[in-house]
Amino acid sequence: MDFRPTSDQQALRATARRFLAARFPRDRLRRTVDADAAAGADDRLDRGLWRALGEAGFFSLRLPEKEGGAGLGMPEAVLVFEEAGRALVPGPMAATHVAAGLVPGAADGAAVVTALDGPGVVEHLASADAVLLTGGPTVHVLPAGRGPRPAPDLPTTVPLRPLDPTTPLHRIPGPLPGDAGQRLTGTDAQQLRLHATLLTAAQQLGSAARTLDMAVEHARNRKQFGRPIGAFQAVQHVCSRMLARTDLARSGVYAASVTMTVSEVSAAKLLADEAAVRNARDCLQLHGGMGFSWEADVHLHLKRAWVRREQWQPPAQAEELLALALLDDGGIAPRNV
Amino acid sequence: MDLTDTEDERDFRLRLRDWLRRTLPTLPPPPPAHDWPARRAYDCGWQRALYDAGYAGLHWPTEAGGHGATPAVHLIFLEETERAGAPYVGANFVGLLHAGPTIAAEGTPAQRARWLPAILRGDEVWCQGFSEPEAGSDLAALRTWAVREDDTYVVTGSKIWTSHAEVADWCELLVRTDSAAPRHKGISWLAMPMSAPGVTVRPLRTLAGSTEFAELVLDRVSVPVGHRVGEENDGWRVSMVTLSFERGTAFAGEVVACRRTLADMARTARDNGRWDDSSLRRRLGRLNAQFTALWRMTQWHACAGDAPRTGAAAVSGSVFKLLYSHARQELYDTAADLLGPAALDAGHPWTAARLSSLSYTIAAGTSQIQQNIIAERGLGLPKGR
Ligand SMILES: Cc1cc2nc3c(=O)[nH]c(=O)nc-3n(C[C@H](O)[C@H](O)[C@H](O)COP(=O)(O)OP(=O)(O)OC[C@H]3O[C@@H](n4cnc5c(N)ncnc54)[C@H](O)[C@@H]3O)c2cc1C
Repeated sequence: MDFRPTSDQQALRATARRFLAARFPRDRLRRTVDADAAAGADDRLDRGLWRALGEAGFFSLRLPEKEGGAGLGMPEAVLVFEEAGRALVPGPMAATHVAAGLVPGAADGAAVVTALDGPGVVEHLASADAVLLTGGPTVHVLPAGRGPRPAPDLPTTVPLRPLDPTTPLHRIPGPLPGDAGQRLTGTDAQQLRLHATLLTAAQQLGSAARTLDMAVEHARNRKQFGRPIGAFQAVQHVCSRMLARTDLARSGVYAASVTMTVSEVSAAKLLADEAAVRNARDCLQLHGGMGFSWEADVHLHLKRAWVRREQWQPPAQAEELLALALLDDGGIAPRNV
Repeated sequence: MDLTDTEDERDFRLRLRDWLRRTLPTLPPPPPAHDWPARRAYDCGWQRALYDAGYAGLHWPTEAGGHGATPAVHLIFLEETERAGAPYVGANFVGLLHAGPTIAAEGTPAQRARWLPAILRGDEVWCQGFSEPEAGSDLAALRTWAVREDDTYVVTGSKIWTSHAEVADWCELLVRTDSAAPRHKGISWLAMPMSAPGVTVRPLRTLAGSTEFAELVLDRVSVPVGHRVGEENDGWRVSMVTLSFERGTAFAGEVVACRRTLADMARTARDNGRWDDSSLRRRLGRLNAQFTALWRMTQWHACAGDAPRTGAAAVSGSVFKLLYSHARQELYDTAADLLGPAALDAGHPWTAARLSSLSYTIAAGTSQIQQNIIAERGLGLPKGR
């Protein structure tokens, strides 16, 4: 056992961070926010960014080299998705990643692939080229696209006023047609869901780590009563709990990327959802009035965290699965023997 | 990132599993919870069995009488022993988990030879004399003082909340050796024999009704200068080594035990009908996530070299201790909800554990103190007030 990231893995993470800082810096995020807020559900996801992400390997990195990938595994994917979560990269990242190799164009970012994991909401439908239906025992893919009915094969799609300005959502009220679109043969729906769930957890982890950094930086710099607010214990203890929560989620996410068991992936998602949402709220609180402003980025993290929490295994579902796992094996059998 | 056993680790695991399968059925029945002398005998008997089988001090350095195993092998040891339901370290907690490791890290070869083999064999039990009536969280305020007379220290003062003092042979004792120096600069770390004249042990009752801890009154107790570990007046640094072991690694095995309890709780809920309550099920599921990740965090810290050997207390130990102590309390609160009125029977093991869990956020540094440490040392926030 050596749980530490290898030097290659550390280098990959650093490369992803540099790439995102150059390609999707804060002012770019803020411009996207303002443009999307005006466009509502009719967004146009930045295709140039999507292609750049594709070229950088965000979607293809687990494909074999002969299929244009990098032949890497989930531990590497989780590290780069953590960085994407830190930078609040918009778009159906997890869905497009798991579609790579299954849906043409997904791997290199030429196509935007979103997903519907059971009845509910689907993100970026108006920008998507395809929708994965992943809620059933088999995976299906539907064409999607622009126009008044972005996904003609879906029963009804109702645009929502998006809570997170950079994640436009459509609601699908009715039951899904069981045989819609094209069935992807040879694809294990359960595996695909596990991968997408963990990649979403990794994004939540990245967001949690970012709001922790933002809170600590603010606590060091903002002065009240003649001293930095970070000298007040009430503030310090909030920050300490943010760190503890983040570290616990990180342990869960990284371990799950190695074992890929159903219960570890559920644990990772549950703890990362909690870290992302609660850290964003704590960060907001420590920013005072500024935390409530549109100008600060805190609300973007909180809103995105709320959205991701509902995607790919919401907490109630994760908790039920984890409870059942206790009856199965006591949850403590080491799986590596 | 690799979580699979190497071939050596796998061999070790299987050999240990086999040994546990053969050995555990031969152990005597566990003694009554409040009979400390009987518990000492039981805990030391178990330690002796580990010693004879070559499992004592696995990850201690070889020059300290250990086997020099990697942190990964040590975690496998904890995982397998707890999973098999082997006895808990109990009365040997201080000796094995923090006094011994401190002596291994900071002691002279002669001191290691004097104390460590006896700890590993289960011959001698240690207790911890750090806290005082006026010095708890603010440990550096301690007043028990030692006056040097030739080659002995004459120690006077009092210690409080000393766990297992009643049955201990030795005490890791913090004393003030220079009252004129700034508070952190005048402290020394001594090994005090509990049988020395002038040591009075006054048992104190815990809220669970047991005399698990005690007050020590020290009246002109002679301790040879050779029993000082580390330099004179450098005891604060040595005590930080002790605390880093206590917070960083001492509770690791308990996480596995908690996971076992959690699985028992799920089965109990299924049998008593509480499983139908989705809110209870979801709490069990959430605890499963927390304890799974806590165990992974333990492995992470061990591999990252955060498991302390020497030096300053790692912040990661405080992060772990903060999370673990609260998770343990939630675990037994959930057990109580699951049991219903049966949880009002103090004789129920989960109720007893629920009571004892209340101490986890206090002993070994309160949760508030852990959060201070994380904020100041982990996050670099200004010194709090
Ligand atoms: C079961 C048990 C076993 C123990 N065993 C041992 C042992 O074997 N040997 C030993 O030496 N000690 C032992 N202790 C003592 C333990 O280490 C102390 O109780 C602990 O460090 C707290 O000190 P205190 O009790 O004096 O509380 P105090 O320090 O008086 O704290 C009271 C409250 O004030 C808070 N507080 C104090 N200072 C701060 C601050 N700076 N910021 C924020 N909040 C603060 C605390 O968090 C706490 O809530 C044991 C305690 C228990 C409960």
